[in-house]
Amino acid sequence: MKKTLQILTFALILVSLFTGTALAQDNVPTDDEVNAIAQQLYCPVCENTPLDVCPTEACRQWRELIRLQLSQGMTEAEIKQYFVDNYGARVLAEPPRTGLNWLVYILPPAIILLGSFFLFRSFQEWAKPKVASAGTGGDRSEASSPEKDDYVARLEEELKTRK
Amino acid sequence: MTETIPQKRGVPFWAQIIIWLLIVGLLALVGVILGKRQQGTVQPGDAIPDFILPLFSGYEYEGKSEVQLSDFQGKVVVLNFWASWCKPCEQEAAELEEAWKFYEPGGEVVFLGADYVDTEPEARAYLKKFGITYSNGPDMGTKISQMFRIRGVPETYFIDQNGVLYYVKVGPFLSVDEIKSIVAQKLP
Repeated sequence: MKKTLQILTFALILVSLFTGTALAQDNVPTDDEVNAIAQQLYCPVCENTPLDVCPTEACRQWRELIRLQLSQGMTEAEIKQYFVDNYGARVLAEPPRTGLNWLVYILPPAIILLGSFFLFRSFQEWAKPKVASAGTGGDRSEASSPEKDDYVARLEEELKTRK
Repeated sequence: MTETIPQKRGVPFWAQIIIWLLIVGLLALVGVILGKRQQGTVQPGDAIPDFILPLFSGYEYEGKSEVQLSDFQGKVVVLNFWASWCKPCEQEAAELEEAWKFYEPGGEVVFLGADYVDTEPEARAYLKKFGITYSNGPDMGTKISQMFRIRGVPETYFIDQNGVLYYVKVGPFLSVDEIKSIVAQKLP
């Protein structure tokens, strides 16, 4: 009986230990959770490198900081704001919609729209016939270049001589 | 029997003006940005605008949790930009501290450390590791480093008693004497 009690106690301790570990692990944010935020941020020191794929020591520190902040219950918006406050707005993958940053949002669509408009107009122009002729040959000269006229004249002359 | 050839309709004049204005405006903007980037750091002889540096707790200046450049009128200011992830910064950390210890009793020179894009736990570990005692704080939002247009870390700026920059050191110091010789230029 005493032995059974000892085994039970030991088992209980083991179970509580593992449960504790599992609970502790649950509180630690996963790499995916960290990277979900890190990919919205850019390394402040190595240009054009998203934080989630940046291999430098500094970026590793920032990813760990995100992990720590997540474990402390900070929201995604709060973490991003922390990074902006500490490292400037340039760390954001999506620049804030203020001041000159608006150009990033306005210019590309405006250029695409304008380009599409002019492309459409150009297609319309190309689709229209350049010469609206009634079918008589007399007006051909208007649309033809002088070189072509000369060629046609010589051809006709040649044909006449062969008749 | 000929119909008139339709006149080719070009881009309206007003649209041409707008397009050219946009292109010129965009090029001007790119030019200004590129010009600023190629300007390099602030140059000796430039008056340094006032700035605020918040300080890490334990690294305050005479009990103040933040300092302004204007607080140090009449003193030589040695402003060092560093980061815990910066290996070359480690090369000069001990020299900077030694130089600070040399000038601290006189009170004519102030050393300030501006921690550039760093995380506080690592920054504190770095300060502790190298036994740094002079005032240090984070460059919040990289405002100060942008003002000085630093190109990297470490960089150290020597500002005279009138708030005018007189020397820029890019990269780590090689010795304490190097720091002392630069500071000495402005001391009586």
